[in-house]
Amino acid sequence: MLVIKDLYAKVEGKDILKGINLTVNAGEVHAIMGPNGSGKSTLANVLAGNTNFEVTHGSITFNGKDIFEMSPDVRAKEGLFLSFQYPVEIPGVSMVNFLKTAVNEHRKYRNEKELSAGDFLKLMREKKAMVQIDSQLTNRSVNEGFSGGEKKKNEIFQMAMLEPTLAILDETDSGLDIDALRIVSNGVNLLKNKNNATILVTHYQRLLDYIVPDFVHVLYEGRIVKSAGKELAFELEEKGYDWIKKELGE
Amino acid sequence: MEDQNKLIHEVTQRDYRFGFVSDIETDTIVKGLNEEVIRIISAKKDEPEFMLEFRLKAYRRWLTMKMPEWAQLKVPVIDYQEIIFYAAPTQQAKYESLNEVDPELLRTFEKLGIPLEEQKMLSGVAVDAVIDSVSVKTTFKETLAERGIIFCSFSEAVKHHPDLIQKYLGMAVPYNDNYFAALNSAVFSDGSFVYIPKGTRCPMELSTYFRINAQNTGQFERTLVIADDDSYVSYLEGCTAPMRDENQLHAAVVEIIALDRAEVKYSTVQNWYPGDKNGKGGIFNFVTKRGICKGVASKIFWNQVETGSAITWKYPSCILMGDNSVAEFNSVALTNNHQQADTGTKMIHIGKNTKSTIVSKGISAGHSSNSYRGLVRVAPKAENARNYSQCDSLLLGDTCGAHTFPYIEVGNSSSIIEHEATTSKIGEDQIFYCNQRGISTEDAIGMIVNGYAREVINKLPMEFAVEAQKLLQISLEGSVG
Ligand SMILES: Nc1ncnc2c1ncn2[C@@H]1O[C@H](COP(=O)(O)OP(=O)(O)OP(=O)(O)O)[C@@H](O)[C@H]1O
Ligand SMILES: [Mg+2]
Repeated sequence: MLVIKDLYAKVEGKDILKGINLTVNAGEVHAIMGPNGSGKSTLANVLAGNTNFEVTHGSITFNGKDIFEMSPDVRAKEGLFLSFQYPVEIPGVSMVNFLKTAVNEHRKYRNEKELSAGDFLKLMREKKAMVQIDSQLTNRSVNEGFSGGEKKKNEIFQMAMLEPTLAILDETDSGLDIDALRIVSNGVNLLKNKNNATILVTHYQRLLDYIVPDFVHVLYEGRIVKSAGKELAFELEEKGYDWIKKELGE
Repeated sequence: MEDQNKLIHEVTQRDYRFGFVSDIETDTIVKGLNEEVIRIISAKKDEPEFMLEFRLKAYRRWLTMKMPEWAQLKVPVIDYQEIIFYAAPTQQAKYESLNEVDPELLRTFEKLGIPLEEQKMLSGVAVDAVIDSVSVKTTFKETLAERGIIFCSFSEAVKHHPDLIQKYLGMAVPYNDNYFAALNSAVFSDGSFVYIPKGTRCPMELSTYFRINAQNTGQFERTLVIADDDSYVSYLEGCTAPMRDENQLHAAVVEIIALDRAEVKYSTVQNWYPGDKNGKGGIFNFVTKRGICKGVASKIFWNQVETGSAITWKYPSCILMGDNSVAEFNSVALTNNHQQADTGTKMIHIGKNTKSTIVSKGISAGHSSNSYRGLVRVAPKAENARNYSQCDSLLLGDTCGAHTFPYIEVGNSSSIIEHEATTSKIGEDQIFYCNQRGISTEDAIGMIVNGYAREVINKLPMEFAVEAQKLLQISLEGSVG
């Protein structure tokens, strides 16, 4: 589904990603861990097509297509979803209007009929229940005045609405309280099936108790320096990153 | 950032959708302006003597006046001798049904998405359609007449209700008020007249669609709305103009008189040809709009969404004379490409306990310049006057300009004046967030701009609000590569 080969990217003239290789197949869950500033969000943004990040080398194919040929909205409609580490506020734009536009753009892209207002609201009710998000939030402007945790929950609500084939969750667990973490994880698990895949960016093994990864990768200084099964997360939780740095001879 | 600018640049390049010229035979007089021309206009319209005098008085005054230069506008020299001051469709008969109307004219309305027939049947809106200078179609007149409401073209009002015209014409905007008001007073061709009798609530929105149509013809509309004691009316003014190369002068005057406890809501959606991407062509719009809250507890609301014209010079204002009177100005002004707008309002508090609210939302894109100019004046006797002003500017890209010029003059200490101003940019992070949800940049900008303007759009009557939203989006849309 996703094949990243020897990816280099920079921001503001500074090299951040320095040769990423990663393959994600349908049905898999990949966790990406790594110290602050190692390039995890950069990778997520490059995948989503944020033009602040300049790709200098390498290739990415998504669903067999060259991802660099697709604008960010086309990538989204091809099924790529990014749950932002820092979701932005859009004052004056209601969640309902925003999501209705988003959902119908996805449908148009797939040559499906746009949803009627009634059907849309029904879909929204269903998905709201799934992530247990308060109607008070979905009646407001997009993320405006939402608490940190509410914003994260809202990201997963949007994911539920759009049902992506590849979901990249950038530190969705940060800021969620204990109950919310369980609810949100449960929602992500419900959305999982053999045709879609998930990339979890996280600092904590706790999340991986709920959403069990098939692979855990360590991103360090712009490179994936270690990949293993879910047991790697426990090791990192216990020992931190120093031993990896030592292994690398630093 | 450069990418962002490029994107916004691309998105904001779109040709004017309503650019077409309809082929209607037009009866025009020779171009140029002098007393003889004014006499011809008055004679063609078969006007009573007092109207001719009003026109000549205004003309003589205009000759002594100079074009105002204080606005944040670059206005090319206007040669008044090159302008044709009167044009009317030759087909001037009164129509019993739409079948009798020039089909070309009907097609024009259709292209604008406002087929008269549909308007008549669906929206319950009485339409006084002004093509160029003379009203060609008035509907719903009878329903209104039953209630004693007068809604007709200005020329008809001059003929049938000269007493009302004589009493109120120039009350809110005197013939010598300013350069463009004087010009309008001298040469105005037609417009709308509304009178709502005492204690009457007008049962439908009154609406006029203006079109500027004949080549090289200045437009000088005159509108007068009178709401007698305890009456209510909501008036809609909406316009689109066909594309052309030569600049066109438009200098309208709108006067509103609200008597005791009367309430007038005047809503405008304005979409005149703004000129092309390079600033060529487009309408010059110099308008004087003013209402007088003459009676106690009277109310006047100006609501407007403006996206058109190459140059806009416009300050819908209110004089709050009656004690406890209320006035509001709610405005969205969008400029793109090389458009220039210097707009705002004046709130003049004279009566006690008067209250005014100003909400101005400027949106600038391209190389445009968008200025808000607002005056709040409280007379010494206007005890406990209150004003709240909020002026927001939204910038798309960094080649456009937004300016705010608030003037506050307070003559007593019991009044409270509040002013808030913000300037914001559409963030690329906001656009990217929308993109990531599958929404194109074009739609994202439309959505964000509409969100920003929502507070004002919500004040518009329903059908106008929908149109206004589309207009904001269309005015910023472009062909993204
Ligand atoms: N817009 C930007 N301008 C300048 N530097 C940036 C920008 N975005 C990211 N960086 C830099 O790139 C590096 C990688 O950042 P990134 O956000 O990808 O890290 P991360 O692995 O997600 O970290 P964290 O765990 O703290 O979220 C950091 O040094 C960061 O300061
Ligand atoms: Mg990060």
